[in-house]
Amino acid sequence: MTETFDLMPVLPELLVVLAAMGLLMLGVFRKGDGTASTTSLAAVTLLVAMLLTWAVGGAERVLAFGGLFVLDPFAVFAKVAILAASTIALVMSLNYLDKEKLGRFEYPILILLATLGMMMMVSANDFLSLYLGLETQSLSLYVLAAFHRDSTKATESGLKYFVLGSLASGMLLYGVSLVYGFSGTTSFDGLAKIFGGEHAAHPHLGFVAGLVFVLAGLAFKISAAPFHMWTPDVYEGAPTPVTSFFAVAPKIAAMALLVRVMTGPFGDMTEQWRQIIVFIALGSMFVGAFAAIAQSNIKRLMAYSSIGHVGFMLAGVAAGTAAGVQAVLVYLGIYLTMNVGVFAVILSMRQKGRLVEGIDDLAGLGKTNPAMAAAMAVLMFSMAGIPPMAGFIGKFYVFKAAVDAGLYTLAIIGVLTSVVSAYYYLRIIKVMYFDEAVESFDRASSKALGLVMAAATVVNIVFVAVPGPLLTSAKAAAAVLFPAAG
Amino acid sequence: MTDWPLLSLTTFLPLVGALFILAIRGDAQVVARNARNVALLTSVATFVVSLFILGYFDGASAEFQLKESAVWLPGTVISYSMGVDGISVWFVLLSTFLTPICILSSIGAVETRVKEYMVAFLVLETMMVGMFCALDMVLFYVFFEGVLLPMFIIIGVWGGARRVYAAYKLFLYTLLGSVLMLVAMLAMYFNANTTDIPTLMAHSFPQNMQLWLWLAFFASFAVKVPMWPVHTWLPDAHVEAPTAGSVILAGVLLKMGAYGFIRFSVPMFPLASEYFAPLVYTLSIVAVIYTSLVALVQEDMKKLIAYSSVAHMGYVTIGIFSMTTQGVEGALYQMLSHGVVSGALFLCVGVVYDRMHTREIARYGGLAERMPKYALVFMFMTMASVGLPGTGGFVGEFLVLLGVFQVNTWVALFAATGLILGACYALYLYRRVVFGRLTRDDLKSILDLSPREAFMFAPLIVIVIWMGIYPITFLEPMHASVAKLIDNYELARAAAETLSVAAR
Repeated sequence: MTETFDLMPVLPELLVVLAAMGLLMLGVFRKGDGTASTTSLAAVTLLVAMLLTWAVGGAERVLAFGGLFVLDPFAVFAKVAILAASTIALVMSLNYLDKEKLGRFEYPILILLATLGMMMMVSANDFLSLYLGLETQSLSLYVLAAFHRDSTKATESGLKYFVLGSLASGMLLYGVSLVYGFSGTTSFDGLAKIFGGEHAAHPHLGFVAGLVFVLAGLAFKISAAPFHMWTPDVYEGAPTPVTSFFAVAPKIAAMALLVRVMTGPFGDMTEQWRQIIVFIALGSMFVGAFAAIAQSNIKRLMAYSSIGHVGFMLAGVAAGTAAGVQAVLVYLGIYLTMNVGVFAVILSMRQKGRLVEGIDDLAGLGKTNPAMAAAMAVLMFSMAGIPPMAGFIGKFYVFKAAVDAGLYTLAIIGVLTSVVSAYYYLRIIKVMYFDEAVESFDRASSKALGLVMAAATVVNIVFVAVPGPLLTSAKAAAAVLFPAAG
Repeated sequence: MTDWPLLSLTTFLPLVGALFILAIRGDAQVVARNARNVALLTSVATFVVSLFILGYFDGASAEFQLKESAVWLPGTVISYSMGVDGISVWFVLLSTFLTPICILSSIGAVETRVKEYMVAFLVLETMMVGMFCALDMVLFYVFFEGVLLPMFIIIGVWGGARRVYAAYKLFLYTLLGSVLMLVAMLAMYFNANTTDIPTLMAHSFPQNMQLWLWLAFFASFAVKVPMWPVHTWLPDAHVEAPTAGSVILAGVLLKMGAYGFIRFSVPMFPLASEYFAPLVYTLSIVAVIYTSLVALVQEDMKKLIAYSSVAHMGYVTIGIFSMTTQGVEGALYQMLSHGVVSGALFLCVGVVYDRMHTREIARYGGLAERMPKYALVFMFMTMASVGLPGTGGFVGEFLVLLGVFQVNTWVALFAATGLILGACYALYLYRRVVFGRLTRDDLKSILDLSPREAFMFAPLIVIVIWMGIYPITFLEPMHASVAKLIDNYELARAAAETLSVAAR
């Protein structure tokens, strides 16, 4: 553990923040519509930031800003995933912004700022920097949700997200203040020291209350049940490219943050928080499985599906072991590929130039557009966790970790809910292949979407043959959170 | 021995063919013809390669042979490992043997989306062969579940009127059973710290744990076999599936469950298998008698054969859990012969269905007048299904009854009644369809077997006769593996008995 005062560890963040400011200036002082150019530049920035993250991250744990900021393989893994997700989301929205006349240069800048917040979140090593990152992210996301300001649905979703999100942030802050009050520090390392060892067995009640509030706040951010109510509305109301951004990058960031908080400052208190995590994991699995069945809007369906996926990931968190964290990271990686693929399909669902969102609109896609239907079918099977698709490996690792930790009930209920959720994923395949065609979609509207779709599909099929890279990097990333084990 | 990875080759060759088909472009007619040709060629080539497996296989050894191994999931002991023993080698051959026949049978029957159909079948073949070759528990699971994907599509897209319902039922029923097996597999992994099947067979699990694990595996395999009362997906799936889908379903997919019992339940949980044997007997006897009676009243030809499959698989489960050499070998033999015979029966139904587009028994009658060749083939397969001496069906059923008689005479008695009932429904079906007067007008111009169809049945007939009069060809390579299975089982029982005596 080395502490440095140089800016190397935060280089990617610096790049993103400078680019965001630069592009803002560019947008303001440029004559005419600069959306396309700012978006492309923002995408390039994110891509460069991703490579930079790769470059600056070593196997060591580096602290910066007096211990507020940490860079370790875990953070690198999460940041690379976040940056990849943000880049893809930006690329996918280019076509949409153009067609829907939503082109405003603030859009890419907001995404850049949100991404910056996420990067801060996963590198947070103190409750203060955690809050800073979380709010940078959330405020940008609130605006993004309401980006289509002339649509009542979008403004409603933005407002709802803002009110509920602020409440969650408030709870989180209250929890942090309790933790601070009973320990005298907000540093993760400091907290781990104070509450390690014998203190972990019998912590002060006030401290446990703080832990519960922190968990509630974080559960809101990952949209775990029972704090999931905002998700379907925001997913449905927000413009589709924004939804595709919401579905992946913030989830990865919040999940990584949750893992870091649970294994870092509260690392020795597994027994205290496990029951809460198990409870919200079960709740999310149930909500994700049963509530999705009745949906007719594909964006709402994806919202419930993401709640279900979060439940499965939480099963890995509940294990509280390095294997569990590895499983969560593997799942996140696969979740990323599945979701970007599905949203690429959703963004291609245009009839007569208008974006449609009904599941019924997919009817007969197997005939009218076989390639797109095949891609969607593969992704749906993968989401349902049917081998040999990638989604199976993710579920397998999560349940493996849960069983290893002795959480048999959680694992059994988990696999059973995955069967229930298979029903509605299969329904989409059924609609596409077994039903008669109603009206075909417009021909491939954008090359970028097709590319993302194809790449995601291939990754989901081939992953089972070459799972090595993701598994080993996730393992290395997880190991750093458990220094004692190895 | 050979240096070639024969098992991987057999497994993934169909996949290569599928990729080829995907690359075919052009006019719909041309694509359909080329897709058929490529699929046929690939599946025949796969069959030829699989014959090499048999050639290099040493029947005298009980060990897993032609082993292959590669790193799969790094950081765990879960690896890609393949191998066959005297039990699985026959199922690999059964799969590769039936697939070309299925593809041949779908010429003319499937005219829409031919390309996708062929791809689905080749993927299905990869999954089936891979499942029988897998020597790693997780790898086994991947293939075992993977079978569902193409099957769901085959039934759902090319099936009959209620295809959506049938496809869903098949998928969700089987998935529900299998996920419990997955959890059991994970529990085994952490108890034995390996997923290697041969190692797990030698590992002895605590008795209490065995009971739970056995039940979890039972949930999966009983659905797949299928055993009464979880058999209801099968008639639906069979009726709605296209002919070739039914053939594979009856021929290979039903064997996956019974294969699972032999590969996992019996060798890995011997004590639980002994404990639960009466349960299996009871369910199997109910299956044999009840489903035979149900078959007797069916109006739909495919449904009748589907119920007869449930009854025949009842013999298989009785044979396996009798845990005698004759019983287990009989069960294996019955599986092989049923795979060929019921496949052929579904093809027989397919032949008239392609001409008349109905499977209702009452719509037929007197076919012998117009279709003498067909009547002959159909009769032969009906007799094989009944278990007439001289056909493969007899050897299997006889061995099973012989095996179980040594263990429990009552079970043998009840199971034997199924033979009589079997003769009743099979002959009754034959009489209604083939004999009698040809009265219906639309049947008067029906055509006999085309050369393609005759060519399709020829290998099946040869195999059934071969199995009936010279069973040693098929039994010989099984002996060593089955003997080892039973020895291990007896050893585990003896060890447990000593333990319980010592505890007293």
